[in-house]
Amino acid sequence: MFLAPSLLGVLIFFVLPFVVVIFFSFVDNPISKRFVGLTNYINAIQNSAFRTAVGNTLLFSVIAIPLAVILGMALAFLLDAGIPMKSQLRSCFLTPLMVPIASIVLIFQVLFDYNGVVNVVLQKFGGTQVDWLKSSSGLFVIILMFLWKNLGYNMILFLSAIGNIPGDIIEVAQLDGAGRFQVFWHVKLRYLSPMIMFTTILSMINSFKVFREVYLLIGEYPYGALYMLQHYMNNTFGSADYQKLSTAAIYMSLVMIVILGIMFAVEHHFGKDLEEE
Amino acid sequence: MKKRKEKKKIAAKVCLTVLAVFTAALFLTPIVLTVTNSFMAASEISSNYGAVFSTTATGGKTYISDTVNLKFIPDMVSFSQYGTVLFKSPDYLLKFWNSIILVVPIVVFQLIVAVLAAYGFTRTRGKLAAIVFFAYIILMMMPYQVTLVPNYLVLQWMKLLDTNWAIWLPGIFSPFSVYLITKYMKRIPVSLLEAARIDGANEWQIFYRICVPICKGIITSCAILVFIDYWNMVEQPLLFFTNTDKYPLSIFLSKINSQEVGLAFAVATVYMIPSLLIFLYGEEQLVEGIAYQGSVKG
Repeated sequence: MFLAPSLLGVLIFFVLPFVVVIFFSFVDNPISKRFVGLTNYINAIQNSAFRTAVGNTLLFSVIAIPLAVILGMALAFLLDAGIPMKSQLRSCFLTPLMVPIASIVLIFQVLFDYNGVVNVVLQKFGGTQVDWLKSSSGLFVIILMFLWKNLGYNMILFLSAIGNIPGDIIEVAQLDGAGRFQVFWHVKLRYLSPMIMFTTILSMINSFKVFREVYLLIGEYPYGALYMLQHYMNNTFGSADYQKLSTAAIYMSLVMIVILGIMFAVEHHFGKDLEEE
Repeated sequence: MKKRKEKKKIAAKVCLTVLAVFTAALFLTPIVLTVTNSFMAASEISSNYGAVFSTTATGGKTYISDTVNLKFIPDMVSFSQYGTVLFKSPDYLLKFWNSIILVVPIVVFQLIVAVLAAYGFTRTRGKLAAIVFFAYIILMMMPYQVTLVPNYLVLQWMKLLDTNWAIWLPGIFSPFSVYLITKYMKRIPVSLLEAARIDGANEWQIFYRICVPICKGIITSCAILVFIDYWNMVEQPLLFFTNTDKYPLSIFLSKINSQEVGLAFAVATVYMIPSLLIFLYGEEQLVEGIAYQGSVKG
């Protein structure tokens, strides 16, 4: 009875329409509703805009996600190293999470425009001007923004995980003659592995949202290297091509389900591993 | 020997601290720059950043200046842009109001729905409930791109596109808070709830008098996380609204950038204020909420 409102809402707004989306992805158009099998899926793969979008999203993810996880962990270890002002520093790293992206794109434009600050500095040191936002270097700017926004979140997750490493195990390892590096590699990382998995997944989910940064910074039709999946979908929305949209959505959810499957499998594996000891 | 080791340790600590402070400063730079620049008069902005925005402005004013001059502190502190934003130009206030009217109901009602649902999941234990809960997790993990399409179809079918309901309804029923609060509520010992029942409390009283107060902390955390998420929202209004008058400030900001640069920094700052205030007030809850999300996982 308490569940009713939520269940109803989820059914109406997420589950049922999702079934419709699956249906659309198998028919030739929403009016004649003729079953066409996998044609839409094959068309999507052959569509060059779709391929660019997938490629760019992948490229972004492959670079940004490991960075987000590793740097997030590094920040957590840094704060955990017994330095003063820990909580103030933590607040600093966390603030970007609160600030709406829309508010800071302006300053990023000032920094990375063709005539922007970064280029001015580059020139002073003998470099050449780079058109950051309108070339493939744009990827770099977007990754920077992504890290800026998401590192704090990952850091908090790792901080709590580091706090949960049993202290006596580290002591035992030290007594057994383990060096700092060994303690880090064999004990700490081992205990952090489920969290590494979790932050990887979270960063992956967040990386799908990076369209927002691109859109606010550059607009609806960015330079090729920044054309993300969401651009493909947004621009398809404009033309109301439901089969195309549905097919793309199904592709994405399949990818997501595979990723989640891997996560659960790995977590299960690691969970067992730790319990056995 | 021992002394030298001590010294080395201190040196390492100093290095780490410097590194941490430096990184922290780097993180704050974009925010600080936005805020300080918001106190620059429009003329100063255009002389400092003219080179940047004259290239992006399409058909707007063209500023004449070839060098960019990034400044932390304005030459002259001026409040006139704020005056314009807050009092003279109703457009900005209207968009700000749009943002509020879109976000606040989502936060409030998503939490109400979620707390109820969490109680439902806590009290009904069984295979079916577990499967449904798992479905919620999958849904929560799905990127917007996937859920926006189904959302769009339903909203179109209900003829709700271009109304605030288009943003509200999917937001209110988003499974995120259900997941987090349920995970928390399930930790309340069943014996406590049973004891209450034996003492004569009915289901509603158990929910309202026991579960809700215990979960207060996590509910606050959720409220903050949901607020940040929707305050930052761009995709939904972009797709669901064709009427640009309804756009929240987040989208509007990206449109004014090139036209009225002098004001843009002030608007950006105004837009940041609510989230920063919430951060000041609820940082602990926010941190706890995030940490909790990690501690329970999927």
